[in-house]
Amino acid sequence: MDRNFLVVGVGGQGTILAGDILAEVGMSAGFDAKKSDILGLAIRSGSVVSHIRWGREVHSPMSMLGQVDYLLAFEPLESLRMVQYLKPDSTVIVNDYPIPPVGVTTGQMEYPGREQIDGTLKAASGRYYKINVTEKASQLGNVKVVNIMLLGVLSGLLDLAPAVWERTIEKYVPSKLLEVNRRAFRAGRELIVE
Amino acid sequence: MKEILSGNEAIARGAYEAGIEIATGYPGTPSSEIIKTIALKYGNDIYTEWSTNEKVAMDAGAGAAYSGRRTLVTTKQVGMNVLSDSLMYAVYTGMEAGLVVVTADDPGLFSSQNEQDNRWYARLAKIPLLEPADSQEAKDYVILGIELSEKFDTPVLVRTVMRTSHSKSVVELGARPEGRSEIGPFKRDPAKYNCTASNARRMHPRVESRIREIAAFADTLAINRIEWRDRSLGFITGGVLYNYLLDVFPEASILKLGMTHPLPQKLIRQFAAEVEQLIVLEELDPVLEEQIRAMGIEVRGKDIFPPCFELLPDEIKRYTGEAGLLKQTPEPGPEQSSASTGPSDVPQLPTRSPVFCAGCPHRSTFYLLKKMKLPVAGDIGCYNLGTLPPFEAQHTMGAMGASVGVLHGMSLAGLPENRVCTIGDSTFFHSGMAPLVNMVHNGSRGVVILMDNSVTAMTGHQDHPGVDWAVIEQRKAKKVDLEAVVRAIGVEKIEVVDAFKIKEVEAGLKECLDFDGPSVLITRGQCIFVSRNPQPPYHVDLEKCIACHMCFRVGCPAIGQSAERYEKNKKFKSHIDPTLCIGCDICRQVCPTGAITPPGESASKESSSNG
Repeated sequence: MDRNFLVVGVGGQGTILAGDILAEVGMSAGFDAKKSDILGLAIRSGSVVSHIRWGREVHSPMSMLGQVDYLLAFEPLESLRMVQYLKPDSTVIVNDYPIPPVGVTTGQMEYPGREQIDGTLKAASGRYYKINVTEKASQLGNVKVVNIMLLGVLSGLLDLAPAVWERTIEKYVPSKLLEVNRRAFRAGRELIVE
Repeated sequence: MKEILSGNEAIARGAYEAGIEIATGYPGTPSSEIIKTIALKYGNDIYTEWSTNEKVAMDAGAGAAYSGRRTLVTTKQVGMNVLSDSLMYAVYTGMEAGLVVVTADDPGLFSSQNEQDNRWYARLAKIPLLEPADSQEAKDYVILGIELSEKFDTPVLVRTVMRTSHSKSVVELGARPEGRSEIGPFKRDPAKYNCTASNARRMHPRVESRIREIAAFADTLAINRIEWRDRSLGFITGGVLYNYLLDVFPEASILKLGMTHPLPQKLIRQFAAEVEQLIVLEELDPVLEEQIRAMGIEVRGKDIFPPCFELLPDEIKRYTGEAGLLKQTPEPGPEQSSASTGPSDVPQLPTRSPVFCAGCPHRSTFYLLKKMKLPVAGDIGCYNLGTLPPFEAQHTMGAMGASVGVLHGMSLAGLPENRVCTIGDSTFFHSGMAPLVNMVHNGSRGVVILMDNSVTAMTGHQDHPGVDWAVIEQRKAKKVDLEAVVRAIGVEKIEVVDAFKIKEVEAGLKECLDFDGPSVLITRGQCIFVSRNPQPPYHVDLEKCIACHMCFRVGCPAIGQSAERYEKNKKFKSHIDPTLCIGCDICRQVCPTGAITPPGESASKESSSNG
C-alpha cells in the first residue's frame, strides 16, 4: 500500500508536527517512510508544505506532480496551490478556516472565492471534504489541537488501527497537553461519516 | 532500533556514534538543527557551542582535534566562505583525532544570498567529500568521515543540501564507543602543526600525495557502487539526487557515489565502458562532469540539466524528457492527471510574502527609515525583511557583517546625503566588529543601527555572545556587553533606544545622523520568541477610525481591513486580528486619531503620536 501525502498550511498552525507524526505512523505501521518540509522565509505566517510518503521502499522524499493520494490542508488557499500534485482519485481534506495573507487583509490582493476553491479541488480529486476543524478544536478549549484533530480526520479514512496513531501522538505532544490532543484526535476521527 | 530522523538529526546521531566529543558551528539554514540536536540529545557526551562565527568554530574544532578529541564543525554553505580560511591550514597540518566539517548547501536558494556549490571546497582543499542521499547515510557518513579523517590524517567534508538536512527518513541506530578519549599533554610538534612557510613547504607535497592515496582508496570504498540495470542509460550521481533518479529512471544503471571527491577513476571507467550513454546528474556546477570529461570519457550533463536551482524529480523528468532520454509510459501518468488541473486552470493565487512577526522589535526602525528616505546598507537576518513592502527600506545586502563596510565605502565615496546601515546583534558579533573598528580608525561618517533583539532570530533563535545562555536556555553563559564593546572600539556617539517606542528611535536616529563621525544607534527590544510575553490584543475603535491606513504602514500581519467603510474616503476601516496581535503598541503610536487602544482603555484617551 503506497501512500503519498501532502500536509499544507500556514506557519504557526502546527503542520510540521502533524507531518512528523504522519511519517512516524507510517514507519510504525511497517512501511518505509520519508518526509520533506518546505518552509517559507518567514518565522511565522508563511506557506508550509510537507511531503510524506509511505511505501515498501520509498526513494525520493518528495512526490512528483500527479502522485499524491491525500492532501491534508490546514487552510483553503494553501490547498489550491497543490492541485497539480493530486491523483485523479485522490482525497482532499480542507480545514475551512481561511487565513488571508497580508496582501489580502490590506486590500492589494483578493482571496479566492468559495466556488473557485470548491470547484478546483472537486475537479482535481476523487473525494473532497471541507470542514471547519479550527472551530471544532476551539470547542475543545484549545485551538492549537487543530493539527491533531485534522490527523484524526485523515486517520478515519485510512485502514490503520487507531492505537498506532495514538501511540505516536503520545510521543510527539507535551505530556500536559496529551489529554486534550487525544480527545481532539478521537473527535477528528468521527468528523467524516461515510 | 529504528527511528525516523531528519538529515540534521541523523548527523547529530552520527556524531554520537562516531565518538565525537566537541561540536561547534554558527547557525545557518539548513544546518542549524545539528548543534541543537546534539545539545538536547547527546549533551552529556558531546560539548556543543555556537561559536562567534564559522571561522572561530573551525579554529576551535582544529584546536580540539589537535588536542586529541574527535570534532564536528557545522556551517551553511555561505558560512563555508568564512570557515575556509581556517580549514586551509588544517588541511596542511592534519590532526591527532578525527575532524569532520559539515556544509549544508542550499540549491534553490530557500534561505541564502547565493547558490554556491561547496563541492568546489573539497577540490580546493584537496580533502575527501562525502554526500549522503538520506538520513541513514547522513549518520553513516559522519562515522565514516571520522574513520577516513583518522586513517588519512585529513579533515573530511560532508555536504548535505536542504533536502537531505530537512527531510526525514528511517535510520537504524547504533552504539557510541565507550569512554572518553585519554588526552594530553598537548603534543608539541611544530613541524606538523605550525604552518610557517618552511614547514608548509614540506606539508604541501604530503597533501598532494595524500589525495592521490585517497583516490586509489575511493575505488575500493563500498559507498561508491554500481547498480546494474538496463545499460542503454548510465547515470553517475551522488547525494539526494540518487533517490530522485530511482523514482524517475527505475530501469537505468547508476554509479552511486557516496564519496564525490576524490573520484574513483577505475570504477568510473568500468561503468562508462559498459553503458551506451553516460550522463552525470548533479545540481549546480558541472563539478563531476568536468573531471570525468578530463579523464577522456564522453559524458553528458549540463547540456541536459541547467546549472541553477534544484533538480527535483519533476525537473529531472522534464529535462530528460526534452533531451529525448525518457521513454513515455503508456499508462495514464502524472502528465494526464495534471493536465486537467494544470496551471491554466489555477488563477494567480495571493502569495504569503514573509513579514515581520506581530510584535517584532524591528518594525519601528523600518517604519522610520522608509519615512526618512535614507540610503540603507542592509545585512543578514530577519531585518532583511525591511527590503520588502510596505517598507522597501533596505537597499543593499550581500554577506554577514558586510553592511558596516559598505556603509564605510558609501562614506568614502562622498555621497551627497547621510546614510545608515542595519545589522543585528548576532551578525555584529559574527563579523560587524572589524569593519566598525575600521570606520572609527579611518574617520568614517554614517550611522550603524545595531538591532539588538537578544537572539540569533532568523535561523531559529540561537544564542550569541550578547546573551547569558548557550545552545540551550538552561545552560548559563557570560554575557558580552554590546554597548561596552562599541564604546571600547572608540565610537564616540552611541544612542540606546527602546525599539518599541517610535519617537525614541526617531530622536536617537536624528542625534546619530547629526554626529560628524561614525555613530551607533542600538535599538533594543526582544524578539517575541525570547520575551514570550504576549500582552492582550489591541483593538480599533471604528467610531474613530478614518480609514487613513497609516497603521498599514507598519506592515503588521495582525492589521487588516474591517468590513466597515469610512463614509468620506469610502475605504475600509482597519481591524486588528486578536489571534495575532500581542499588544506591542507600535500601531497605536502611528494612528493619528487615537482609534487604536489596548483592551480596557478608553479610546478617548489621547493618542500619543502620529509618528
